[in-house]
Amino acid sequence: MHLALWTYEGPPHVGAMRVAASMEGVHYVLHAPQGDSYADLLFTMIERRASRPPVTYTTFHGRHLGADTAELVRQTVRDAYERHQPQALMVGDSCTAELLQDQPGTLAAGMDLPVPVIALESAAYSRKENFGASEAFYQLVRGTLVANQDGALGHAAPAADSDRSAACDRPTANLLGPTSLGFRCRDDVKEIKALLERLGIGVNVVAPLGATPADLSRIPAADFNVCLYPEIARTTCEWLQRQYRQPMVTTVPLGLGATRDFIREIGDVSGVDASAVLEQCTARMSWYSRSVDSNYLTGKRVFIFADATHAIAAARIAREELGFSVVGLGTYSREHAREVRQVAKDLGLEPLITDDYLEVEKSVAEAAPELVLGTQMERHIAKRLGLPCAVISAPAHVQDFPASYAPNMGFEGANVIFDTWVHPLMMGLEEHLLGMFREDFEFSTDTPSHMASSGAGQERAAEQEQAVAEASVAEADSPGAQIRWTPEAESELRKIPFFVRGKARRNTEHFAAERGIATITVETIYDAKAHFSR
Amino acid sequence: MSTRAAVDPNTAGDHGCDCPVEVIQERGQRQVFCGLTSIVWLHRKMQDAFFLVVGSRTCAHLLQAAAGVMIFAEPRFATAVLGERDLAGLADCNDELDRVVNELLARRPEIKTLFLVGSCPSEVIKLDLDNAAERLTREHAGRVQVMHYSGSGLETAFTQGEDKCLASITEQMPQAEENEAPSLLVLGTLADVVEDQFRRIFDQLGIGPVHFLPPRSCEQLPAVGPQTRVIMAQPFVGEATRALLSRGAQYVNAPYPVGIEGTRGWLYAAAHSFGVAEQRVDEVVAAPVERARAALARQREVLAGKSITFLPDSQLELPLARFLANECGMRPLEVATPYLDRQLHGQEAVQLGDGVRLIEGQDLERQLDRLRDDRPDLTVCGLGLANPLEAEGLRTKWSIELVFSPIQGFDQAADLAELFARPLVRHESLRV
Repeated sequence: MHLALWTYEGPPHVGAMRVAASMEGVHYVLHAPQGDSYADLLFTMIERRASRPPVTYTTFHGRHLGADTAELVRQTVRDAYERHQPQALMVGDSCTAELLQDQPGTLAAGMDLPVPVIALESAAYSRKENFGASEAFYQLVRGTLVANQDGALGHAAPAADSDRSAACDRPTANLLGPTSLGFRCRDDVKEIKALLERLGIGVNVVAPLGATPADLSRIPAADFNVCLYPEIARTTCEWLQRQYRQPMVTTVPLGLGATRDFIREIGDVSGVDASAVLEQCTARMSWYSRSVDSNYLTGKRVFIFADATHAIAAARIAREELGFSVVGLGTYSREHAREVRQVAKDLGLEPLITDDYLEVEKSVAEAAPELVLGTQMERHIAKRLGLPCAVISAPAHVQDFPASYAPNMGFEGANVIFDTWVHPLMMGLEEHLLGMFREDFEFSTDTPSHMASSGAGQERAAEQEQAVAEASVAEADSPGAQIRWTPEAESELRKIPFFVRGKARRNTEHFAAERGIATITVETIYDAKAHFSR
Repeated sequence: MSTRAAVDPNTAGDHGCDCPVEVIQERGQRQVFCGLTSIVWLHRKMQDAFFLVVGSRTCAHLLQAAAGVMIFAEPRFATAVLGERDLAGLADCNDELDRVVNELLARRPEIKTLFLVGSCPSEVIKLDLDNAAERLTREHAGRVQVMHYSGSGLETAFTQGEDKCLASITEQMPQAEENEAPSLLVLGTLADVVEDQFRRIFDQLGIGPVHFLPPRSCEQLPAVGPQTRVIMAQPFVGEATRALLSRGAQYVNAPYPVGIEGTRGWLYAAAHSFGVAEQRVDEVVAAPVERARAALARQREVLAGKSITFLPDSQLELPLARFLANECGMRPLEVATPYLDRQLHGQEAVQLGDGVRLIEGQDLERQLDRLRDDRPDLTVCGLGLANPLEAEGLRTKWSIELVFSPIQGFDQAADLAELFARPLVRHESLRV
């Protein structure tokens, strides 16, 4: 048993729902009590999807438990098949149904439906959402390809790899892993498809997003697979590599450097000459980042916590492409923690591998970063600590599914990332002007500049209120609880821009506490400043 | 109406004997939150209480998605998530629960009341939270009162979670003596602003003492006894009401205080139980009624003649449909409720008149078929369905807003009507 305030991942059946909801022609029968239908709103509200996810719930009640829940499963499967006529049916259970041990997948498989039935084991008490999605995708691909060999979908058996592309004049790739409720998947796919087009590579199948079971049966026809979101697609890509000798491109094109590496890797795998596309790289991001105004970004201390893919990518972008200093790196994706550990080691950091929100909050507070890059949960944490924050990974909020075209992958993705990460911060020139004008009576640090009018404007205002409210709490926790500030020192502290003031206060109090200083004077502030600026 | 829109006679039937109108029972797939969701407003109401769901990752995810807008930086609810180890043996499970509770209380020392909330999985594995609550109360004696109820989706839908919670609170209420002065107990969460309005009216009527349940703080619960008059402010608190009646309290039969007429009827009933004449009520409420009428008239212009269907959600459906039909001139086509208490909701049903399909329960796909045939001007439904129905060209109203917003009383009547008018007005004004 563990205490959860917020969770990074839902249960595994929600992962399976994400795969079902991503595809066309798939229906998912979920053995679950009535409350589990809440999951629909993740898609229709958070993602603003215009149709219900293709899921039918058995909706069992207490009164069913003494009777026959297995018959309820069979009846629901029958009704769902007749009404929705899917090309493939996924069948699984939620956490409560798992305890009943009805094995709905097996029940459905025994019903002789004329379509492939994919039975999913949920393992709800040991596994989580991304595992559920990964497993559902793998079982769906495998199940469809096996059914295809049996001729159930009416297609020819997949081509042997010697036949691949023989009939085509150019190599083709599958883009695997984008899903509903993933971070910016819809736009990433568009961006990467266009990039492959420029490289002269055809896209065979994109899955699961937008694919049908019939599309899945065409996967083996491509020359290689792009493992675009490893959390969802790696198991499948590895199986395809073993089963069909299909190579896998593993670089995830998030950020400029990674996009260039991605292009090179595609060149190696496909034999296509990628040099022209590499030279054409004209992402605005590289100039924006080198521009004088970006000087203020130098060494900004950022804390990163996300799924493994986005955390790893963010660490590289932060350090190499924005000149930030990474002071914290972690992930909730335990299945992919190894790679995050490696990156953290290269950065000289202790990686934070956890799905405990409270532990992340503690680490962020200790690191006292100037920017938090995280999920919707880190947005809560940053709000509580009064820090700027940008969301870089699922789980995300409705506002992270923008109406505008906003990929994170490829060259345009790098541009979007520059904007998204930099906007929560003060701009360079602005930071200087703030320093110059802070003594001016017309200037109020309570209404800091452009930040109130940015996209997150209202939230910023709320954050500041929150920060004030939390300040007393934070102070009680801080080592400086017994330490007094002289009025002169307090007034000097107020001359420091508000967005670093909290850190200056904490640092000074730490400094004083370590040295047994009971009263902080103006001298103490500058002593501490000198100490920490080493 | 096409044949597929007709209600299946095989699933229909069973007209409750206490309900004077025909109610069709439907059983099938539902699209209704479970009782856990009521934590989302209960924790806002009881500011010194914390709600710990003993359940699965799904429960934690549900609360997060349903509070979904995810706006609270630190909610006063959490989940003790069961893992594989906990399912192995129950003794272990109790130790684990104690450990999690200790961790929680260390983090939130200001908490005075802790609710252990049972869920579907904790019910299926028969985790004894009743005992756990007693044990933890003993352990933290003098500091925290630990209570227990079930918000499980196996037994409760959405607002019924509040009913279970209130029923558990009533067990903690002291017994009042026979000869104590009469008191009024208003049952069901109301927004603070509504509570204050009602309190002012009761003061003017000379009715008191008045207590509200749930209270803003759980520390001092009112006593209950033969002199307690219980009046329901929400239609979903039947079990808590019966628990109080079993303690000797008197039931005040009243409509629900929705709309001008509902509120007036509700106040008449409360006044009557204290021997205050209707005429006196009329004098006291004359000014707010006038205000409400003027404000409501503007919304009525938008709503009159428009048709509406309620999908089952909060049990507020019947009183809301009655208000919209009788005071706003709307035409209810189908009114569905997750659970219809024939004793407590019967009069609201009668007021809807004939020609309205009254449904208890849900068979989602069939109900959506009927909805597509009816194509009402407005559909009240849960969050999972609203956007898909909008995409089909239907106008919708999120039902959850009706539970969170102050809608009861005279001064909220027009606000309530506006909640229904807004989607229609918006639809008329958009050119996108």
